[in-house]
Amino acid sequence: MQYEAVIGLEVHAQLSTNTKIFCRCSTNFGSEPNSQTCPVCLGLPGSLPVLNKKAVEFAIKTGLALNSRIASYTRFARKNYFYPDLPKNYQISQYELPICEGGYIEISVDEKPKRINLTRIHLEEDAGKNIHDAKNPFSLVDLNRTGVPLMEIVSEPDIRTPQEASEYMKKLRTILRYIEVCDGNMEQGSLRCDANVSVRPVGQKEFGVKVELKNMNSFKYVEKALEYEIKRQIEILQDGGKIIQETRLFDANSSRTYSMRSKEEAHDYRYFPDPDLVPVIINDEMIQEIMSGLPELPDKKISRFITDYNLTNYDAEILASDKYLAGWFEEVVRCGVNPKTAANWIINELLKFLNEDDKTISDTPIKPQQLANLIRMIEKGVISGKIAKTVFHEMYQTGNEPDAIVTQKGLVQISDTETIQKTIDEILAANPKEVERYKNGETKLLGFFAGQVMKVTKGKANPQMVNEILKKRLS
Amino acid sequence: MKVSAEDVRYIAGLSRLELSDDEIQRMRTDLNDILLYIDKLNELNTTNVEPTSHVLDISNVFQEDIPSQSLDVDRALANAPDRQDSYFRVPKIIE
Repeated sequence: MQYEAVIGLEVHAQLSTNTKIFCRCSTNFGSEPNSQTCPVCLGLPGSLPVLNKKAVEFAIKTGLALNSRIASYTRFARKNYFYPDLPKNYQISQYELPICEGGYIEISVDEKPKRINLTRIHLEEDAGKNIHDAKNPFSLVDLNRTGVPLMEIVSEPDIRTPQEASEYMKKLRTILRYIEVCDGNMEQGSLRCDANVSVRPVGQKEFGVKVELKNMNSFKYVEKALEYEIKRQIEILQDGGKIIQETRLFDANSSRTYSMRSKEEAHDYRYFPDPDLVPVIINDEMIQEIMSGLPELPDKKISRFITDYNLTNYDAEILASDKYLAGWFEEVVRCGVNPKTAANWIINELLKFLNEDDKTISDTPIKPQQLANLIRMIEKGVISGKIAKTVFHEMYQTGNEPDAIVTQKGLVQISDTETIQKTIDEILAANPKEVERYKNGETKLLGFFAGQVMKVTKGKANPQMVNEILKKRLS
Repeated sequence: MKVSAEDVRYIAGLSRLELSDDEIQRMRTDLNDILLYIDKLNELNTTNVEPTSHVLDISNVFQEDIPSQSLDVDRALANAPDRQDSYFRVPKIIE
């Protein structure tokens, strides 16, 4: 029997606010444990939460970017559970009346577009961090993260393959970074993903029993965890077994999932509206104001790059994957160079260096104008394309102007016929055997001679001229 | 009674409370009284009354996203029964 997977994702995105959602403690990452707490986030009696306006604006912004309906009336609820990372013994979250409902994200797998619908987006506070060490008979708790604003983005069970799931995550991350509501740093946990997974025979309408997967903190792990889990479930069904509804954790070392707790003993959260917080009423004016601050979104940018700059879909997708990278590229183009040439330099050279150093576009010392100048030097024949790569590497390391590097290192291209001719004659004289073989029809030796010329001139000879003169001399 | 001993044990379990049999009986009676009182309230006709989730008729109380001073670590940990360095120390959490 053929089976298909049914997957829904719950993504928790940490909002890039300066302060927590219900108090004004800093959200700074990596500070001394428990140095960013106050009576509100410690859950001390008598303290009262006050909502961070920016968190609300960020959630509305996200809803608009993801095509959701923005609620005109939204409120917070208490989700009750008892755990040391949450000192109030309830998490302030949203239950009925979330801030955004519906919406969708367009993804593309193997160039086939697919729309993944969203159920809702709601705001909630993060819990603290527990540290368990096998050697320590106690657990340690850091409450700096308690109360950091999170946005939970819940998809419909529209995803069918692990690849679709990771494309969905990537697209969501790109959009959140574009609208600057979340830094998308998966290693630091700014973007966390849980998945609900079930399998069913192809053609069956009803869903199978679902398993909740946790702890997938990279795109690769999302795919691996889902692949393993889908295979595990299908094997159980094929052996005539039953799937147990449970929560499973992904272990990156073994690439397996293992049972964490079964849902039968699951928490009973007893949600109810939080009486400490007043409702939020969102009017059209607020929505319009936030809408007017939305940047051009990735899909629009990609199609504009293809139409306006004649780029391939592949190039446009890479350049538009990050708002700042896209902006950098357009700066180069604005300096008047060919967009395709600019795209090639950025994708093949700049991004290669940045990726190797695990850096992003904002870390490069090269200015867009400097890349434009370098490209112009090639177009004018001042340097060859090959030498330009050396110059570019130097620019990447020092941030120096390309013409300064060329002058300082004496890299100006030799385009003077006499000098090239002289060099060629010397090389031909030094390699009589090869000249003989060439004349007997081994024309591929032209490459050998050209290589020798480049070696002697340290790559500075104009390659086109070298080829022309070589052919003339050898005929 | 509207509340069974099992209900009380379940609710206590959710709050990690351990109750003696005596306490369970007392809770049963108390909770039963509370629910009977709710039943009394339910006798009222509320057909045309909006559900109330908040008693005050106010909305949109916000603060700007500007950090203010947090407590020092020592003050934050002052009420904790146990600490280790800058951490709260709690019995080992085993899921």
